[in-house]
Amino acid sequence: MALPVKTTQFLQQTGGISAFAGRFFKEAFKPRYEVAEFVRQCFVIGYKSLPLIGLTGFIMGLVLTMQLRPSLIEYGVESQLPAMVGIAIVREIGPVITALIFAGKIGSSIGAELGSMKVTEQIDAMEVSGTNPFKYLVVTRVLASTLMLPILVMLSDAISLYGSYLGVNIRGVTSFHLFYTQVFDSLEFGDVLPAFIKSFFFGFAVGIIGCYKGYFSNKGTEGVGQSANSAVVVSSIMIFVIDLVAVQITDVFNLN
Amino acid sequence: MEEQLAIQQTKTKNAGEMLVVNHLYKSFGSNAVLIDFNLTLGKGENLVVLGKSGSGKSVLIKCIIGLLEPDKGTIEMFGNNIPDLNHEELDKIRAKVGFLFQSNALYDSMTVRQNLEFPLRRHWIQVMQQEVDKLVQEALSDVGLAHTVNMMPAELSGGMRKRIALARTLILKPDIILYDEPTTGLDPVTGKEIIQLIVAIQKKYKSSSLIISHDMNCVRLAADRVVVLIDGRCYAEGTYEALRKSNDPKVKQFFE
Repeated sequence: MALPVKTTQFLQQTGGISAFAGRFFKEAFKPRYEVAEFVRQCFVIGYKSLPLIGLTGFIMGLVLTMQLRPSLIEYGVESQLPAMVGIAIVREIGPVITALIFAGKIGSSIGAELGSMKVTEQIDAMEVSGTNPFKYLVVTRVLASTLMLPILVMLSDAISLYGSYLGVNIRGVTSFHLFYTQVFDSLEFGDVLPAFIKSFFFGFAVGIIGCYKGYFSNKGTEGVGQSANSAVVVSSIMIFVIDLVAVQITDVFNLN
Repeated sequence: MEEQLAIQQTKTKNAGEMLVVNHLYKSFGSNAVLIDFNLTLGKGENLVVLGKSGSGKSVLIKCIIGLLEPDKGTIEMFGNNIPDLNHEELDKIRAKVGFLFQSNALYDSMTVRQNLEFPLRRHWIQVMQQEVDKLVQEALSDVGLAHTVNMMPAELSGGMRKRIALARTLILKPDIILYDEPTTGLDPVTGKEIIQLIVAIQKKYKSSSLIISHDMNCVRLAADRVVVLIDGRCYAEGTYEALRKSNDPKVKQFFE
């Protein structure tokens, strides 16, 4: 009995992405290393994402604080607001929201850029010019997104906490020192490390899926749009799947 | 032993020939595109492969440059059989072969200068900046667009982009230049200018050219010899005038 079409497509895509990731590890460690392009991609993927990540991080911290305050007042634990926001942002909300925004910005741009290069034969032109396009385009982008996302997550966390500090001070007065002392007193190594490690996996997923979708784009310009769109959808789903797995692993090792 | 002798005889017979395609087969699934296709390209010759859209002309040229792997047959260039070469060996051959893509395949994110420098930097790793500048200027002057050196491809017209793509093809001073539909998408006047440029370049550099086209103006102005590709086979061969006088209805249809 034949499998339903959707199931076949899902399995084909999963197999395709796995093989693509396998090829990434094979090619990443072999010379020639595309250092200049990797640095350029770090600038494009990391530095140029800073304003968006910073703004969303700030709003996230501010809104979370304002939304939590009434509930905490109701239970008489308003003083725990910095600790609660700190743990929520560092452990879960910071990495996941930043990764989702990163997927929207970087995943779609990688998918569209490589898709457009594919349909306009630029990838073939690169190969004819003595360049391994997989190394030049895919390895550099996946490495850059894997390394840049954890840095962006840390910056986003810091900005979120600052937003939260401002949020606390909208309806009350708390000193900067007191706020941060409460945040860091409540945080442990086991809160920071798993969140930091899973950010690498989020970055890798966004990079590899964006590249896969773009690299195998077809159907002309329509295909470019589809590549960008499905790069965001699939990498967003992957972020939640990785997050779920990360939580289970963290539980097993009693890191929380 | 007999096989070795046959190869030796072929090599001797083909002395002075830049490219020899023997018994080439290529299919995509059940769709046979090239069936027992044969072709030779002499030194300093302009050979046009004429065929209808979808007849497999682009597949042929992509097999020759190693972008597609043929199912069967040999493609001899500079004493090497292209399908047998590994990536590094293929890159060495590609440094001596220029390829003008149908869509131009200029890198959108790079300036004209960077587009031209790209193959130079990839094939000649140790090249000095002064020499690069000189070669870029020379290639741009050859196509009459020296003033566009710092422009982006998006700022250029279709004809200018074709000329820049041609300049990028010329920059390594290739022995063989492969043209994939060089006049497609251009108005008749610009198309004619591009053909005249191709002929002028061939005379200046004494290179051999394989031109894939369905444009009869291109065939008339550029071809020393014409190969007619019909049903995946080399259907007819000869000069433009000889083919024009042919009574074969399949050949005649191109000249009506």
